[in-house]
Amino acid sequence: MTLHFSEQGEQEFQSILGRYPEDHRRAALLPTLHLAQREFGYVSLEAMEYVASRLSLPTSKVLHVATFYTMYNKRPVGRYHLQVCKSISCAVMGAYGLLEYLEARLEVERGETTGDGLFTLSEAECLAACDKGPMLQCNEDYTGCLGARREDGTWPEVDALLDSLRAGRGVPVQG
Amino acid sequence: MAMEKILTSAVGVPESWTIGSYEKRGGYAALRKALQMEPAAIIDEVKKSNLRGRGGAGFPTGVKWGFLPRESNVPKYLVINADEGEPGTFKDHLLMELDPHRLVEGCIITGWALGMRACYVFIRGEMFQEAHRVQRAIDEAYRAKLLGENILGSGLTYDMYVHMGAGAYICGEETALIEALEGKAGQPRMKPPFPAVVGLFSCPTIVNNVETIAAVPTIIERGGEWWAEQGCERNGGPKMYGVSGHVRRPGVFEASHGVTLEELIFSDEFAGGPRLGKDGKPKKIKGVIPGGASCPVLTPEELGVRMDFDSMMSHGAASASKRPEWVDEQLWTDSLSWPGGRPRGTMLGTGCALVMDEDVCMVRVAANLAHFYHHESCGQCTPCREGSGWTARVLDSIEAGTGTERDVELLLEICNNMEGNTICPFGDAVAMAVRSYVLKYPEEFYLHVKQGGCPYPHW
Ligand SMILES: Cc1cc2nc3c(=O)[nH]c(=O)nc-3n(C[C@H](O)[C@H](O)[C@H](O)COP(=O)(O)O)c2cc1C
Ligand code: SF4
Ligand code: FES
Repeated sequence: MTLHFSEQGEQEFQSILGRYPEDHRRAALLPTLHLAQREFGYVSLEAMEYVASRLSLPTSKVLHVATFYTMYNKRPVGRYHLQVCKSISCAVMGAYGLLEYLEARLEVERGETTGDGLFTLSEAECLAACDKGPMLQCNEDYTGCLGARREDGTWPEVDALLDSLRAGRGVPVQG
Repeated sequence: MAMEKILTSAVGVPESWTIGSYEKRGGYAALRKALQMEPAAIIDEVKKSNLRGRGGAGFPTGVKWGFLPRESNVPKYLVINADEGEPGTFKDHLLMELDPHRLVEGCIITGWALGMRACYVFIRGEMFQEAHRVQRAIDEAYRAKLLGENILGSGLTYDMYVHMGAGAYICGEETALIEALEGKAGQPRMKPPFPAVVGLFSCPTIVNNVETIAAVPTIIERGGEWWAEQGCERNGGPKMYGVSGHVRRPGVFEASHGVTLEELIFSDEFAGGPRLGKDGKPKKIKGVIPGGASCPVLTPEELGVRMDFDSMMSHGAASASKRPEWVDEQLWTDSLSWPGGRPRGTMLGTGCALVMDEDVCMVRVAANLAHFYHHESCGQCTPCREGSGWTARVLDSIEAGTGTERDVELLLEICNNMEGNTICPFGDAVAMAVRSYVLKYPEEFYLHVKQGGCPYPHW
């Protein structure tokens, strides 16, 4: 096995273990998979095997859990993972239009990563920020208040977001 | 009627999430008071307060606490349900982001009242910022000796931990949430046994919503009677409401439990009325989902209802809408009422409403919800797993113009067959939600079938 947590990751792993009773180590599985995703970029089969060995669980159990939850990426994702909420509040505020606009601007379909590895575009379900729809999450940040596409087909707020990310400036502060 | 804000008192306060700010606002005084009280007296205050669970079901909190065995030779746990994932719901995240110490204080008081050993806050995986704030508040509380061993010299030893979910709506259901905490796929358990008897790590466990527990400090500070007076009968206290969708000022609003849906939508104090059309005039409202996706939709004529758990249950029955002659009479009648004949109303749910105006296609709305449910069904029960996907496909074909009148009847049949035949209430939620669009807006379904497509603008 070639994967290992970094020193900092190992410390975090030990602190995760400390949160659960000793005879219920398995409870550490979800947080450990989150940690593995941060450490290794995504949850590959190899990462699952590593997590299984660290928690003394059969790999099949880890596989079952890792595939049940949508946040564990089973494939590599781009530097910026753009997740557009298409649940009902965002849908009536234009989420499908936002998805189509991003597909056109990034030249990918939902579920795909741009050739330069910068962006992955995904659909998401309600992100609990429905008053700011259409809502988009970029890695750990919520964008919020992206407004609406203009009659002439432009969408300045979304363009500004992409420009800011491309320039390495992160998600613009919400208005 | 501008009322004092309790649950949203942190809004607008600089650095409101720090312990310093919370203590300046009177924070942790209730904990000091509670530690001088007998645990049983605390439970009594919560019973008197008429606090009802704010995760959606509205179960009286004091009564639920009473189900927990008093004596136990294994640890007892508090689990906070911060999985907020019901589409259209966005209140708990605000509490965690702006006032995490209110939640922490509520958790410690509850732990003392119920003789617990530890509390896990189960936060949905996407809420990085909120989890960060709650963890920070927990760390600050440890440093201030409000958590850990012998809290404030009371002899209480109590720990708090954050546990992140990983993207699965069903983990909001309390037994699925417990499974997820134990490191398994979030698939609901059969009840009984209820979590109060066999919960986390097979130990007695209380699962409560964020907003529910955030109410506890104020109940202890001001007394259960005071809290009860702030609401209406059997529904105590102020409540967090939300309005999203086609209104001028979407957002989270705190109001008395007696507020009407109409006030929330139209009052300038709250959402400020429907958005304006191109002609500068307010658009017409077509429908409102009162408390999250699972709650049956209400028509514009039905908005005068009070937003409390009981009023909503007996309100908005579809019996008023006329049976179209192309729908089988028996099927229509069966769909209107619960088995036994009581008319089906709507639900308060999470109290976060979605306003949809005249441009919205109700078939599309139903299809969107059905796809959500199909995607999120945990797959254990055949009626839920297959029924949710089936309704989604039928709705898609009606929306696309290839559906028939018979397909509309089929939707009602599928819903009626799902209900009551599943392990958890998710299956009922699918049925209640989807059916309500057919019953309330049959003419829109008919129009799609007759025109061979959707007559509304796309969104
Ligand atoms: C499918 C489903 C999803 C749920 N999602 C949530 C949720 O996100 N947050 C929540 O607090 N309760 C949710 N509930 C309700 C919980 O099962 C439980 O009733 C609640 O956490 C109890 O807390 P309370 O009494 O304080 O409301 C959900 C229930 C079901 C059936
Ligand atoms: S009703 Fe649906 S979500 Fe609930 S246990 Fe059954 S399959 Fe899972
Ligand atoms: S519906 Fe999009 S964030 Fe809730």
